[in-house]
Amino acid sequence: MQAPEHPGLVVERPERVATTVDARNFAIATKPLSTAETILNNTVLRKIAIIVVLAAIWEIYGRWLNNQLLVPTFSATVKAFVVAILSGELLPKVWASIKVLLVGYAGGVAIAALLTTFATITRIGAEFLETLTAMFNPLPAIALLPLALLWFGLTPLSLSFVLIHSVLWPMALNTHSGFVSVSPTLRMVGKNYGLRGMRYVAKILIPAAFPSILTGLKIGWAFAWRTLIAAELIFGVQSGGGGLGWFIVNNKNILDIPNVFAGLLTVIIIGLLVENVIFRTIENRTIRRWGMATS
Amino acid sequence: MEQPLLGVEDVTLQYKTRDHLVTATYRVGFEVFASDRYVVLGPSGCGKSTLLKAVGGYMAPTEGCIRLKGEVVRQPGPDRMMVFQEFDQLLPWKTVLDNVMFPLLVSGKMSASVATERAREYIDKVNLTPYAGQYPHTLSGGMKQRVAIARAMAMEPDVLLMDEPFAALDALTRRKMQDELLDLWDEIRFTMIFVTHSIAEAIKVGSRILLLSPHPGQVKAELNSVPRTGAGPDEARLLEERIHEMLFAEPVEAAVASA
Repeated sequence: MQAPEHPGLVVERPERVATTVDARNFAIATKPLSTAETILNNTVLRKIAIIVVLAAIWEIYGRWLNNQLLVPTFSATVKAFVVAILSGELLPKVWASIKVLLVGYAGGVAIAALLTTFATITRIGAEFLETLTAMFNPLPAIALLPLALLWFGLTPLSLSFVLIHSVLWPMALNTHSGFVSVSPTLRMVGKNYGLRGMRYVAKILIPAAFPSILTGLKIGWAFAWRTLIAAELIFGVQSGGGGLGWFIVNNKNILDIPNVFAGLLTVIIIGLLVENVIFRTIENRTIRRWGMATS
Repeated sequence: MEQPLLGVEDVTLQYKTRDHLVTATYRVGFEVFASDRYVVLGPSGCGKSTLLKAVGGYMAPTEGCIRLKGEVVRQPGPDRMMVFQEFDQLLPWKTVLDNVMFPLLVSGKMSASVATERAREYIDKVNLTPYAGQYPHTLSGGMKQRVAIARAMAMEPDVLLMDEPFAALDALTRRKMQDELLDLWDEIRFTMIFVTHSIAEAIKVGSRILLLSPHPGQVKAELNSVPRTGAGPDEARLLEERIHEMLFAEPVEAAVASA
């Protein structure tokens, strides 16, 4: 047997040098997707399709059950919804709810911002915030309504109080954990530029923690919206007026069930709009553009 | 004799972990002069990164002091711009151009229009002009490091601090980046301290090399690197062997003795 020319090579074989084909000569380098593929890829369209299917199931079930007092059909609900809007009954109630909601939401976010800033600057502040969130986050906001009514009476202040409670803790918790998890490198970069105190928080920590802050805003919004409707169900009965929650409970009392469903539909529509239009737009313009979105 | 730009005087650095007090460097002293390409070289755990952080002002020495232009370094500042090893050192919410402009604007040194012009000039120097409007997450690792270098250089700091900036890059990109860095130095003649654990990189990038012994870091030697042009390949190889012997002398001897 002949000694191998290349001792490291177990199976002796010649070297090879190839020439590559120019990408322009490939059959397909890049090709636009077909219209059908584009439509199937559209998340919005797919979500709308899901909603249409759900509405169809509802309609079929409603017709099969044929009992307007238990489950009115989808079409009856939409009709009641349109009538309630056209009669000018629904929209002022929606507006009343949203006004209270925005006050409570803004208050909760502002206090959360104060607490987390304090927690970022001092260690005792962080421990203070962690203890408070551990205590109050599990406490359902609606459980505070009786106390709020006792303290502030039948005023919008009572509603704002429970709303602030429902927004504040998830918001503070998320913002704080977002700040804590900002990478050490980014922190050093910020310090390197000579940023200190509030400028450092505003220019480095807030944008770097923005995904968590946005999550906090979304959770806070959902909690506030739920708490508000629930609070109005109680609050409305006592004061004899109010927002969307009152619209629902009042129509139930007069057994106008399609209107009850129309009220619930309004709650759902507003929730969907805020989630898919407002928050989605903010996400697309910020964390998605920056490559910071996790999903 | 010319005054040194930066003086590190018998600096001992210690930091606390969860249950230990660790001495990272012990009485390390050296001087950096203007336009030095000063390399701090040592094996992992010799405290070279900690030393650079101390020069950056992120930690105070337990002993000794660090002076920049005669002033004692007390806190981080834009006169000592740092380039880190990590790719996440760019601000993800800013485009390449905005990332380079940001320190210029924050330091209040110049107006937005002057800053834009300066930033564009340095982005051009690192050959990233076509990417100026892009966000960092769309760039490759090498491009991100180029942006970080442009950002640091645009500030025209007294000294540029580079903490293993090419260590996370693949070998081909690393060589290219070393060449580009040297080309930039030929053009601007900036002063830098460059930390690395690669002997070959130290010889290629540095004009003067500080060797640190492992754990805790102490000065082992301060050598001149080979000139960039006019030196044969043998000269670099001989220096590499010499450094290798100095850094790894003891463990090898110990191994021989026990054998």
